[in-house]
Amino acid sequence: MYRYDAYDTQLVGERVTQFRDQVRRRLDGSLSEDEFRPLRLLNGLYLQLHAYMLRVAIPYGTLSSEQMRMLAHIARRYDKGYGHFTTRQNIQFNWTRLEDAPDILADLAKVEMHAIQTSGNTIRNTTADPFAGVAAEEIEDPRIYCEIIRQWSTLHPEFSFLPRKFKIAVTGAREDRAAVRVHDIGLAIRRDNSGEVGFEVMVGGGQGRTPMIAKTIREFLPKDQLLSYLEAILRVYNLAGRRDNKYKARIKILVHELGAETFHEQVEAEWAQLRDAGPNLQAVEIARIAAFFDPPRYEEVDSASYQAKLFQDRTFADWVRTNVAPHKQDGYAIVSISLKPEGEAPGDATAAQMEAVADFAERYSLQEIRVTHEQNLVLPHVRQPDLYALWQGLRDQELATANIGLISDIIACPGLDYCGLATTRSIPVAQRISRLFANLDRQHDIGELRLKISGCINACGHHHVGHIGILGVDRKGEEYYQITLGGRADENAAIGKIIGPAFSSANIVDAVETLVTVYLERRRDHERFVDTYERVGQTPFKEALYGSR
Amino acid sequence: MKTQAVTANLLVDGRVAFLTWEGDWSEKVEDSHVVTSNEEAEWLLDSAQRAVSAQVVIDPYLIEVSDSNGSAWPLSRREQIRAAGPTGTIDTAPDGLTAGLKQVA
Ligand code: SF4
Repeated sequence: MYRYDAYDTQLVGERVTQFRDQVRRRLDGSLSEDEFRPLRLLNGLYLQLHAYMLRVAIPYGTLSSEQMRMLAHIARRYDKGYGHFTTRQNIQFNWTRLEDAPDILADLAKVEMHAIQTSGNTIRNTTADPFAGVAAEEIEDPRIYCEIIRQWSTLHPEFSFLPRKFKIAVTGAREDRAAVRVHDIGLAIRRDNSGEVGFEVMVGGGQGRTPMIAKTIREFLPKDQLLSYLEAILRVYNLAGRRDNKYKARIKILVHELGAETFHEQVEAEWAQLRDAGPNLQAVEIARIAAFFDPPRYEEVDSASYQAKLFQDRTFADWVRTNVAPHKQDGYAIVSISLKPEGEAPGDATAAQMEAVADFAERYSLQEIRVTHEQNLVLPHVRQPDLYALWQGLRDQELATANIGLISDIIACPGLDYCGLATTRSIPVAQRISRLFANLDRQHDIGELRLKISGCINACGHHHVGHIGILGVDRKGEEYYQITLGGRADENAAIGKIIGPAFSSANIVDAVETLVTVYLERRRDHERFVDTYERVGQTPFKEALYGSR
Repeated sequence: MKTQAVTANLLVDGRVAFLTWEGDWSEKVEDSHVVTSNEEAEWLLDSAQRAVSAQVVIDPYLIEVSDSNGSAWPLSRREQIRAAGPTGTIDTAPDGLTAGLKQVA
C-alpha cells in the first residue's frame, strides 16, 4: 500500500490545524454560516437531514486493517456506532458533531486518511477496480495510476474551482468492475500492438438527470503522458464547461454539446502545447509509486482441505460460488464480504463489523481490505485453505450473506432517510426487496441481477445502470418509484430505459417480483436477466406490468 | 390558515431542533411552539433568527404541522423523517413516531 511521504503528512496535518481554527471561529461567532459553509465542505463536512455528515476519502477503495480499525473507532466514539460505505468507495458518518470534526480529522490523519476533496467542484477521490492487483486477467495494477492522479489532483490550484465536481475511475482489467464508462473520465489500461502499456481514455460519462455513457476520445495513450493528457482535458473543460447552469455544468454536457470529435480535437490541440512541457511521468517516478503496490510474497498453498470442504458443506460452497473470485496467484482467492444482509441498509457496517473485518484482514488477507462501488468489502489475498474458517468467522458477524451480484446485492443511496437533497426513500425499498428474495436458493436460481435504487434524480444509487433500476419520484407528497430496465455498468455499459409509469411505494416490490417472473419464464439456458431482456426486449416485461394497454 | 412551527439544526452538533413555547430549542417536535397566523409565523422566524445570530442554530425555516391534542407533528414526509429519525436503519427511531412511516415502508 501507498505510505504518506513528508509532503502528504505536512499537507494533511496543516489542514487539520486550519480546520480546527475555522471550527473554533465558527463556534465563537467570528465566522458566519455563509463564510464557514465552503470551508467545512472543503473538508467533507456536509449538513444533512439529521446532523453533520462527514465523508471520508478511501483512496481508490484500498484500506489497511489499521485504517479500518480507525474507521470503527470513529463510528463508535463520534457517531452512532456505524458508518455507510458509498458508491464511490468512500465512507460516510451520518451523525457527527461540528465540535468533534477537528478531532475526527486528526484521528484520520494518524492513519494517513482525510476528507479533503470529498465535496465541492474539485477532482474527487479516484476510484478503481476493487480487485486491482489481484484480478487474474489484469494488465497492470490501476492503483499505481490512481495514486499518481491523487497526488497530482490534490489541491491542484488550477482545478480547485471547476464548473462542477469531477470523478475519475481506472481499471486495469478487461472486465470492468469500476464502472469507468459512467465517470467524467474513465481510464482503462490497455496494451497496444507492440505490447506497450497505456490507457484507453473515455470522457463524458455520468449519471444524474442526464445520464451518458463516456466516449472514447483516445484509444491508446502512452502511460508516461497520462498527467499532461488529463491536464489538457481538464483545461478544455475548465474553460468551456458551463458555469451558468448547475444542471449543465458537468463535462458530459460539454462533450455532448460539442460532439466527441470536436471535444477530442480541442483536447489534442491543448495537449500539443502541453505534452512536452506538462507534468509527464518519468519511468523512475512510476516505478517509485508502483513499488508501493508490489504484489506481496505469496506462499505455496495446498488447497486439498478447501476442495474437501466444498463437497462437505453446501452452504459454504454456495457462498464460494457467489462471494469468492479467482485470484491471479494459484492457491489464493479474492473474497467479497456482502454488506447486504437480509433486510438491512445496503452499505452500512457497525463498528463491531468493521473491527471484525480488520481482524480477518490481519489473519487472512495480509492486512488489506478493499471497498467496492457496489457498497461491499473485499479481502483480496485469502489462502484457499483459510476460506472455510474465514467464512465461519464472517457468519458470526452477519457478514457471510452469499449474495454478491444477486438480486439482494442492491446498491441504494441514503435517500430521504438521511439525504438533504432526496425526494423519496431508497433504503426501505431495498430492505423490502431483500426480504422478499430472502431465500438464497431462489436468488441463486435467478442468478446475476444488478438492482440499483436512487432516492432522487441525482442518481447516486446508480439506477441508470442497474439491470433493474429504481428511481424514487415525489408525486404530490407521495413516494412513487420509476423502473428502468437494461442498464449496465460493465464493459458493455448502457443506460436503462424507462419501462412505463411509476409504481406507488406499496406496489414497487410486487413490480420487481413480476419482472423476475417474466425473466424466469423466458430465459434460455444460462441467460442472466439482462441477457434475456436484451434478447426479448421491453414488451413482455411491459405487458406483465401494465397489461396490454 | 396554516398551522406552523419553526425548525432548524443546532450549530454545535447539527441535530434537528424545534423552537419551543419558552423560546429555546428542543429535539422533540411535540415541544414546538405552534402558530396559526402569518404574523405569528413571522414573529417566530424573527426569534429564530436571533438564535442564528447567537450561534445556537443554523438555517431555520417554517414547517407545516398538525396540532392534535397540543402535540405538533409535521405534515411532510421529509419533516416527519427529520423529526423522528431514519425509518429503516440501524438507528431506528422510537415506535409510535415512525409507525405511519414504517407502514408505508
Ligand atoms: S440520489 Fe438523491 S437522494 Fe440519493 S444520495 Fe444522491 S442526492 Fe441523495
